[in-house]
Amino acid sequence: MKNISVLLKRFRESRLFWPVIAWVLILVFDAIVEPGFFELGIIDDPVYGKHLYGNLIDVFRNGAPLMLVAIGMTLVIATGGVDLSVGAVIAISAAMGAVLINPALGNELITNDILTKNATNTPLPLIILAGLAAGTLCGLWNGLLVSRARIQPMVATLILMVAGRGIAQLITNGQIMTIYYTPYFWFGNGYILGLPVSVYIVALVFVVAWVLVRRTSIGLFIESVGINSKSSFYSGINEKNVKLIAYAFCGFCAAIAGLILSSYVHSADGNNNGLNYELDAILAVVMGGTLMSGGRFSLLASVIGALVLWTFTVTIYTLGVPANALLAAKAVLVMLVIFLYSDYSRKWINRIFERKGSQHGEAN
Amino acid sequence: MTDAKDIVKMLGISKSFPGVVALDSVDFSLRRGEIHALMGENGAGKSTLIKVLTGVEQPDRGTIELDGKIVQVRSPQHSQELGISTVYQEVNLCTNISIAENIMLGREPRRFGSIHWRKMNELAQKAIDRLNIEVDVTQPLGNYSVAIQQMVAITRALEILSTRVLILDEPTSSLDIQETNLLFDVMRRLKSEGIGIIFITHFLDQVYQIADRITVLRNGRLVGTYDLCSLPRLELVAKMLGRSLTELDAMSKGKLGEEEKKGKQCLVEAKGLGRTGMLEPMDLELSANEVLGIAGLLGSGRTELAGLIFGIDAPDNGSLIVDGKKVSSFSPNESLKRGIALCPEDRKAAGVVGDLTIRENIILALQARNGWFKFLTMPKQNEIAEEYIRLLGIVTPSAEQLVKNLSGGNQQKVILARWLATNPKVLILDEPTRGIDVGAKAEIQKLVMQLAEEGKSCVFISSELEEVLRISHRVAVLRDRRKVAEYSSDVDDRTIIHTMAGEA
Repeated sequence: MKNISVLLKRFRESRLFWPVIAWVLILVFDAIVEPGFFELGIIDDPVYGKHLYGNLIDVFRNGAPLMLVAIGMTLVIATGGVDLSVGAVIAISAAMGAVLINPALGNELITNDILTKNATNTPLPLIILAGLAAGTLCGLWNGLLVSRARIQPMVATLILMVAGRGIAQLITNGQIMTIYYTPYFWFGNGYILGLPVSVYIVALVFVVAWVLVRRTSIGLFIESVGINSKSSFYSGINEKNVKLIAYAFCGFCAAIAGLILSSYVHSADGNNNGLNYELDAILAVVMGGTLMSGGRFSLLASVIGALVLWTFTVTIYTLGVPANALLAAKAVLVMLVIFLYSDYSRKWINRIFERKGSQHGEAN
Repeated sequence: MTDAKDIVKMLGISKSFPGVVALDSVDFSLRRGEIHALMGENGAGKSTLIKVLTGVEQPDRGTIELDGKIVQVRSPQHSQELGISTVYQEVNLCTNISIAENIMLGREPRRFGSIHWRKMNELAQKAIDRLNIEVDVTQPLGNYSVAIQQMVAITRALEILSTRVLILDEPTSSLDIQETNLLFDVMRRLKSEGIGIIFITHFLDQVYQIADRITVLRNGRLVGTYDLCSLPRLELVAKMLGRSLTELDAMSKGKLGEEEKKGKQCLVEAKGLGRTGMLEPMDLELSANEVLGIAGLLGSGRTELAGLIFGIDAPDNGSLIVDGKKVSSFSPNESLKRGIALCPEDRKAAGVVGDLTIRENIILALQARNGWFKFLTMPKQNEIAEEYIRLLGIVTPSAEQLVKNLSGGNQQKVILARWLATNPKVLILDEPTRGIDVGAKAEIQKLVMQLAEEGKSCVFISSELEEVLRISHRVAVLRDRRKVAEYSSDVDDRTIIHTMAGEA
């Protein structure tokens, strides 16, 4: 019994508590209002084979890009910064992938004497590498502006937020570029063992990121720099490089998200790929309990934060709320989150818990 | 029991934090027109008592009476409304706006809906005249010294908040003698106006110079409240420490004999080291088995010198030779790898990382030296943390406590532990004993001497000359950003004071 209560207390004090509670609340709401929400079926897809389908699968598949961006954003915010350019970076990496798949800019390709659209001259690994490299480069650029040029993070990343969409359009020559290349679609639409490929990608990136920050000293340095940059410098931490690597990794994550998104929608659109992702990602990180001022962070909590956002979105769609009301509904969620996270309501809720705790104590 | 002269009466105040009893049934009273010194070691409960009185913390038990009426101080703002104001050692004002604006902030006189500047300046001038200090109220606050800034804070407290109880929390720790005297004049004037002043300080001299009564706390308990004349200084120290003073006396004899110093080994040599606008070129040698004291007034270049040797800033003049090799690139990280450590002056801004645990703070520099991929395992981290908590006597329920929850002296020990854990050859300590109590001070002094005996080279920077002289083998004196003299330890303090002041 005691172990359970200790575990409960640790859970309540951990960063996971609020996002998990929020997620459970939404799921409970779904269970009551929309009993069919949790139904899972198996479908035999002609292209991708047998796989699971249902609202929950949608949540994970559609939410995967945001989860990826949230992982990167967590590290940036933990250093005390913010990256407003992730949405634009998504567009850049998507454009990069699309342009390499269509070497003749949308012209048809002759393979084995057959005129075909569904092919490319570029090897798939190169396409992916180019997309990832473009995103990482963007991240490095942000990191250099913040750490070396000492520009405030919000201003520094605002540059690429605005310029990035232009760069994406330059890459695709101002066109919305449709992609015809089935192997590429697998990342956004394929399934492994019945589950979406993108979920595996998120899991992989999460594990890599977790090992990177928690099994090396980088995580400690990021938190230390975020809490007190000057003290960290005095302690011999190379705070410039710590920030640089956080922004670069954030760009890398955004690039993966860009590839998945373009693969999912079969096109690259400089104006609309990853639109508002920076704001959703920040919201996910904040829901995960990382302070905007930097410091302590939890990658898992941020991922669950992203999950909450997408579960909410899918719920709204399932309820039949028109798409144009989605933003308004989201605003309500944002307000709720901000309220829950305010010092005032936290104190209030903690007091309730403490009172309960002491009552239990007296009962014993 | 109620004394008519009491403005504040706190009875049976108790307050616990997770794992710590900060106050255990403490009584405290403050009379009208009294300067009441609140004394105790770090962690004795002074800060918590003040926080309870000013509404920052709510007491678990106990009552607060104000003018004989029981009040509940709900928040810092509420305490100000009740006439209780605090002036902290770090001034909480805006340095980029004028003195007048700082004083009148939130109560600006208006005319036609906009601020009536002339009237505001007049009012501010009148208010500040009450303290009898000369300043131009239209100048930005940042143009004046910390002492003046504190006066402005006091003025604001008196004029705007009509304060009856003034709390001065370590007001003198960054003031020089002249400024301190200025502050004392102001305090005496306020006292004669019937204001009750709670004075928190670590300087015994100052307590005996100005206080009427003393309340001593130890480990969250009240030791007692005494009239100043009935409590000799030694007895006060003994009460604060709760132990004998023979240890302190024995310490001063621990210096090395002259013979041993002869065969000294030079670890760091600065030749014409300097940086334009920061420090004039100077020569300096740091040797093993030696404590080099650095004396000088605030702003004499002490901190800048430490920063140049440690690589906070790169020198643009002269050379630094460490272990016989000329240093070409300067950064804290490089210095760390060369075996140089700096315990910085500004503990809050450049020392502790408040939201990290004690363990994380202690291993931070060691980990920074090891780099990103040689991560210390958790058992190893715990071992190091536990070792230094024990070695330095850091008072905490566990190594997982956040450093921001520790008292100042314990924070200082954590920073020291951070540097000791890197096992440096050269340890530079910039004001390591500022703002900490007598007991911790003695412990740190003893530690520095021990380290020198073990073969390290220590640089000891302090405003307290007596302390520098007691533990240093050599003393370098700085004035106006240049080194003006170097003495061996048998120099008397008169000579040094004259050198520091430039009258020799």
